[in-house]
Amino acid sequence: MIVPGLLEIPLHEAVPYVAGAYTAFVALILIYLAIMATKLSRMERELGELTELAESRRRAGEEREEL
Amino acid sequence: MYGKRLRPLALTTFAALTLTLVLAFFWAPDDANQGFLQKIFYLHVPLAIVTLCGFVYAGLAAIAHLRTRDSRWDMRSYVAIHLSLVFGVGVLISGSIWAKGSWGVWWDWSEPTLVSFLLIMLLYATYQPLRFAIEDPERQARYASVFAITAGAFVPINFVIVRLSTAYLHPRVLGDISANLPGRFQVVFYLSLISMALLWITLWRYEMTSKHAGAQLRALRRALAGDEDESMPRRSAVPTLNVGSGAGGTRAGGDSVGAAR
Repeated sequence: MIVPGLLEIPLHEAVPYVAGAYTAFVALILIYLAIMATKLSRMERELGELTELAESRRRAGEEREEL
Repeated sequence: MYGKRLRPLALTTFAALTLTLVLAFFWAPDDANQGFLQKIFYLHVPLAIVTLCGFVYAGLAAIAHLRTRDSRWDMRSYVAIHLSLVFGVGVLISGSIWAKGSWGVWWDWSEPTLVSFLLIMLLYATYQPLRFAIEDPERQARYASVFAITAGAFVPINFVIVRLSTAYLHPRVLGDISANLPGRFQVVFYLSLISMALLWITLWRYEMTSKHAGAQLRALRRALAGDEDESMPRRSAVPTLNVGSGAGGTRAGGDSVGAAR
């Protein structure tokens, strides 16, 4: 059976737990942000491809007009 | 449109989180019983409250989706559940660490608060597979909304039932705060709650911005590709957003639509 402690937990025992909890939370948020950043970079690449496509079409249109 | 004012919001969140941490570690006194270990309280409890509120918000957004048939509400609900699941994992990890320090065990199956939170997490873990199992985007959105409403209603009911339970080890937090918490504890606790809520809102808006931009990009790709675009959208759990460019609905996330691929 588990009985909640009545005496204060010593600092040297508590520090690793507190540090662990906060580090785990920060790591979780960083992983989330890293995944979002990966998606963002993929979108940037796609946008670059679309810009190239639009540019090539514009050039082709201009060439047709010249002819 | 979701990216509007995202920067000041992010800066405010960062400032609030920093202030919370400084006050929690350097201003709020140590608890007489828990000592320094009680500092986890300022992370774990607000995280749990924000997670549960996020699930309830997802249910409300799903109601709005069913009422209006506007795909943006489906996306809001989807992102809220996704983000609350991430926060929920944080709750389970920080709670387990606190339990180990305080009770000597990582988990106690006889504790209703712990088990009920795990049940909620497992329930919401089925949300993505449910969406993925339905190919038709319209039907997927409808079924997902029904799920979000049902599960969202389960969250407060579950919370009340657990509080009515008598055999518990987990400390009661809401309701006892004003009665038992000394002034400094209270100030830091409410500040940490606000900070965590701000973090959730910031990340929610960030993900909504990303999903919306992705949907617009894919609509643009389809509009530019014209007849050359013969690719079929791949099955995805991500909601379909109706955005401009005359391309109709488009999958908002992942790489589900890719004409050039």
